Amino acid sequence: MHQKNNKSMSKLIVSLSPHQLGTNSVNKLMYGVLIALLPTLFVSVWFFGLGAIIVILTSVLSAVIFEFLITKYVLKRENTITDGSAVITGLLLAFNLPSSLPVWLVIIGAFVAIVVAKLSFGGLGNNPFNPALIGRVFLLISWPVQMTSWPVPSPISNKFLGYTDVTTGATPLGKLAEAMRNGESMTSFFEKIPNYTQMAIGNMGGSLGEVAAIALIIGLVYMLMKKIITWHIPVSILGTVAIFTGILWLVNPVKYANPMFHLLSGGLLLGAIFMATDYVTSPMSKKGQIIFGIGIGVLTVVIRLWGAFPEGVSFAILIMNAFVPIINMYIKPKRFGEKAK
Amino acid sequence: MLKTFTKGGIHPPENKLSADKKIKILPIPKQVFIPVSQHIGAPAKVLVKKNDLVKVGQLIAEQGGFVSANIHSPVSGKVFKIDNVTDTSGYKRQAIVINVDGDEWDDKIDRSSNLKKDFDLSSEEIIKKVQEAGIVGLGGATFPSHIKLMPPKDMVAEVLIINGVECEPYLTSDHRLMLEKAEEMLVGIQILMKALKVEKAFIGIENNKQDAIEHLNKLVKSYKGIDVVPLKVQYPQGGEKQLIKAVIDREVPSGELPISVGAVVHNVGTAFAVYEAVQKNKPLIERVVTVTGKSVKSPGNFLVRLGTPVKELIEASGGLPEDTGKIISGGPMMGKALNTMDVPVVKGTSGILILPKEEAKRRKVKPCIRCAKCVEVCPMGLEPFLLMTLAEKSMYERSEKEDVMDCIECGSCSYTCPSDRPLLDYIRLGKNQVGAMRRARSRK
Repeated sequence: MHQKNNKSMSKLIVSLSPHQLGTNSVNKLMYGVLIALLPTLFVSVWFFGLGAIIVILTSVLSAVIFEFLITKYVLKRENTITDGSAVITGLLLAFNLPSSLPVWLVIIGAFVAIVVAKLSFGGLGNNPFNPALIGRVFLLISWPVQMTSWPVPSPISNKFLGYTDVTTGATPLGKLAEAMRNGESMTSFFEKIPNYTQMAIGNMGGSLGEVAAIALIIGLVYMLMKKIITWHIPVSILGTVAIFTGILWLVNPVKYANPMFHLLSGGLLLGAIFMATDYVTSPMSKKGQIIFGIGIGVLTVVIRLWGAFPEGVSFAILIMNAFVPIINMYIKPKRFGEKAK
Repeated sequence: MLKTFTKGGIHPPENKLSADKKIKILPIPKQVFIPVSQHIGAPAKVLVKKNDLVKVGQLIAEQGGFVSANIHSPVSGKVFKIDNVTDTSGYKRQAIVINVDGDEWDDKIDRSSNLKKDFDLSSEEIIKKVQEAGIVGLGGATFPSHIKLMPPKDMVAEVLIINGVECEPYLTSDHRLMLEKAEEMLVGIQILMKALKVEKAFIGIENNKQDAIEHLNKLVKSYKGIDVVPLKVQYPQGGEKQLIKAVIDREVPSGELPISVGAVVHNVGTAFAVYEAVQKNKPLIERVVTVTGKSVKSPGNFLVRLGTPVKELIEASGGLPEDTGKIISGGPMMGKALNTMDVPVVKGTSGILILPKEEAKRRKVKPCIRCAKCVEVCPMGLEPFLLMTLAEKSMYERSEKEDVMDCIECGSCSYTCPSDRPLLDYIRLGKNQVGAMRRARSRK
């Protein structure tokens, strides 16, 4: 009896509480983000056709392959491609590119994103900057011409024909920058760009994933419902942009575009919903996240209106990424029973 | 809108398998093991020696310091030996082993089951009785109850909060007690109110115990100053500070006791024990224990004599399941894993939970993705990810600055982490080291 008891006892697991864990997992969160990106994916294929498919496939595949090769042969670690984060980086990079971008540039972008911006820092969880944005900005600075040739969304019947030989045109933000340079009035500027309905469904020039406001917002709602992200970052970015551009517009509606235009144009929604909310490169406390969001909003408007580039979301996010460690250091969540200091 | 605490919190599956199982009396075992350390504070001092004959309710070990509690024999029989016995902590510690013979009770104890409502005792007399009966916090913290009834000189108790939350998944002992011993408990609450000289008492109960809320709501009408407060189901609402926040919306300042905001919290089980001690002269010799788990044949609630080996309880619930991986004293969130079934039931044992191997295993730890979910769920507003990193790097001065000592070890962070990181393990390490640092400082 005693013997038997000892034997069965030795099999008991003794560890500290909690003895029960939740159902969260990295995979679940990452696949949740991917699901949230699907509406945007459909819209980009709808408007940019073959080009969209080529760029997206190239970007995702090369991101996954680079992750696999580097973790296996250079870092000699366990394979991490199944966690879904490389797929997300690849997809987000593609969403930040024009649909006519040559394949070899897409591959370079994916290399920079995965290998330089992520794995060289130690992989998922350790990179200070958003990998997809580093990839995009690297391409933008190195190949500015290719990176700013924006195919015009083509009618449904033509869309599978075009890839590199599509007609290109400036994005609404590009036109805004030009209008502001020429001192053009907003009334004549607004005649040259698609109306808000067209902008909301994504029928305008721009990178693959940024044009579809409604699809991006569906993604946001999904991620909020599934508690993948909280409202703090997207709302503080969009709110700041709306308030900042709103004040300028109220002061001088002839010179400055209205907030609605700023919210719908360029990569603002894509950036605010999917790029700035990247777990690894955003602050840990809610207060910190709001400060981060306000910073991105202000920088975006400043770059858009007074900077050298027509669009500023990517730069704004990367600049604020650099501030995250400082924000985490000084902005703490309010402790329970905190004593007045 | 139901009341609840406002910072952090999680909602694990409730799994209250034994919620509708009536409390059964577990037969007295042949031998009991009575550890002298069943409470927070100094161990009790043994008063008996080998071969002494003892009766049920006889004092066998007395309070061994200011923070300590008396221990009474839960059985009648002969002291077999004073020996070291493995207890819930996993360590061998001093215990009195008694061979049971019959069931002969101390004459002073009123064993009748009739409800005795009236009492005419002063605050001091009540506190003395509670102290003599060896009552400790039965929610699991096992802090000697009489001390909580004596507020420090410069502080005044304004309100008594009775903890009927039972936010731990699986456990149902408090729930059953509220259903089956409600009147006794309410009298116990009135006794506690008298001892504390407060006019108001609230019983906080989570909304998943509708039957208990309704039952008590009917009964409290005839008890002055007692209100039932239904609470939204959220873990860790049974935490003292969380419960005070939920019920009276006051925040106990960091490092201070509930009395600093005028509140005293006692568990429903403690209130019942106080009734028995004061009205029936019955010391704390038995308690209700839930035996549960998805693989357990017949989960249930048992009235158990203290010192009964856990083995007996498991036998009474259909035996140890084939695939058992872990036996836990307490609930899945804050309970302690046992290394043997010979561990005796003590004053703080609220339940025995059996987990199959599959659930008992820890998952593989992955890198932190800085998702901040641990920060979101921490009910104390701490940053678990940071506290873990600081402990990993032995940066304990910084841990102290980051308020590691405020952690209530509820485990919400580890529960929520998508990377399955053992956050609480490292936070405990940090607390330990900071505690040692503080003790070293105060010695200087």
